[in-house]
Amino acid sequence: MESLPDAVIGHLREVVNRPDFVGTRYEVIAEIGRGGMGTVYAALDGKLGRRVALKVLNILDSGGQAAARMAEEARILARLEHPGIVPVHDFGELPDGRVYYAMKLVDGARLDCYAQAGPPVGERLRVFLRICETVAFAHSQGVIHRDLKPQNIMVGPFGEVLVLDWGVAKITGMAREFLPANAAGRDDTAPGTAVGTPGYTAPEQASGTSDQVDARSDVYSLGRTLAALLEGGEIPRRLRAISQKAASPERTLRYTTVAELAADVERFQSGERVLAYRETPAERLGRLVTRNQMVVLLVATYLVMRVLLFFLPWR
Amino acid sequence: MARVDTDTSIGGSQSRFPDTRHSAIRNLGSLDSRLRECALDALIAAYWKPVYKYVRVRWSQSNENAKDLTQSFFARALEKEFFGGYDPAKARFRTYLRACLDAFLSNENKAAGRIKRGGDAMIVSLDFETAQGELRQRGTASAGQSPEEYFQREWVRNLLGLATEDLKHECEERGKQIQYRIFERYDLDDSAARPTYDGLAAEFTVTTATVTNHLAAMRRRFRHLLLARIRETAVTEQEFRDEARTVLGIEA
Repeated sequence: MESLPDAVIGHLREVVNRPDFVGTRYEVIAEIGRGGMGTVYAALDGKLGRRVALKVLNILDSGGQAAARMAEEARILARLEHPGIVPVHDFGELPDGRVYYAMKLVDGARLDCYAQAGPPVGERLRVFLRICETVAFAHSQGVIHRDLKPQNIMVGPFGEVLVLDWGVAKITGMAREFLPANAAGRDDTAPGTAVGTPGYTAPEQASGTSDQVDARSDVYSLGRTLAALLEGGEIPRRLRAISQKAASPERTLRYTTVAELAADVERFQSGERVLAYRETPAERLGRLVTRNQMVVLLVATYLVMRVLLFFLPWR
Repeated sequence: MARVDTDTSIGGSQSRFPDTRHSAIRNLGSLDSRLRECALDALIAAYWKPVYKYVRVRWSQSNENAKDLTQSFFARALEKEFFGGYDPAKARFRTYLRACLDAFLSNENKAAGRIKRGGDAMIVSLDFETAQGELRQRGTASAGQSPEEYFQREWVRNLLGLATEDLKHECEERGKQIQYRIFERYDLDDSAARPTYDGLAAEFTVTTATVTNHLAAMRRRFRHLLLARIRETAVTEQEFRDEARTVLGIEA
């Protein structure tokens, strides 16, 4: 046996890892992302002549729990029909045993990259509210994301927002009927097993007490995401208070639902009093003046005119 | 082009290609002598070249010394049952083996210079000539590479080589020489200009689609044989997965 040169080793590693799409309708164009569970490729769907994204399970995870989890992720996505959730086109298994699903190929920037480009605060908040809408919709369908973070959110070229990576989502209530019978344990991770990303994961989720994970765990992640989205500029106190209330370590102190969080952000945007912040009388006056600038300006103009008219000796 | 020869008979009979290889390390202490022998074959096949190269490069030993020390290490390891103390909860087997090797070499160094190992039993016939040739060709350590990294690199090289050899023999047994030659020409070619699918189709007088189908099938089989080789050198499922990620270059 002659030893293999480094260049051949590199090539062999690549071909061993590369999914085998021979005999399917897809032709892989390039790798576009890599995660713990799978790799995402841009591919051409030869039958329909369109570009798609293929999420393929890593070779070492084929079969068993990881494959079942990916199948469930595809099912969850297929069920969640919403403009903020990427649509799934197809699900299948490759000759090498890896499962995959095909979905819409999304153009755009990850939320962290989008924020780094420095868009105005108003624009950032508009994007954040789109994220909240999507997550609130998922909650209404009985799906808790459990891994919300800027890296799992895409902002498209026309400002559209997509929430990605539902691989560790928790299924509750009515959504469970869409799971296969053998996926009964899917809604809960094993006791003591934590999913999510440090820094964005709610304490009750990080500790692995999955029975306490509910919509408020996603509210926590959204609070952290809001803080990350606003980084790099001066954050108004009331807005900071909103992100802090959402990401409160004690879950009973957070907003109960994503809709409540979104409503507080909207109140901030329209200059109303927000639930998360107790303002001083001076701050309240300042906010009211800012909010009613035109009225204040007109009243001030009127008063000045009255004073002038009173003192001017035109009579 | 990297030619793959059968230069050694270590690693057991090359006519056996079990679909599933089990952990050889676990069988080293088996009461069944046949299982124990197979385990020994697998262990030596996976590790003798990395050990030899490590002794040569990292311990700066001459070719003759390194040959003796490699033989002695495996002989002593089996005699003293070094590997019986391996605890998968503490480290990968590869790391444990290298620690044993360092301790062994350190002891040898202390023992009044080099001891002629003529008295030690030769446990297997190892093709040191080829290994030495490989060292001359590409075996030196890169700058800044730790001993662990060097050992790992050579271990990965050896495992990929073994899987390639497995595939070649399997194809010969099953009459798939053309499929293997296409794989060899396309995936084992070391030259800068890799042949095109069309070029291979003309060379082997088949269609281009046949070339891509053969390549896909060979890669699939190669992947299977490689994972089987890795499984053989790991004890637990977790260790297998960790080692497979190392060999395949996948980030954990």
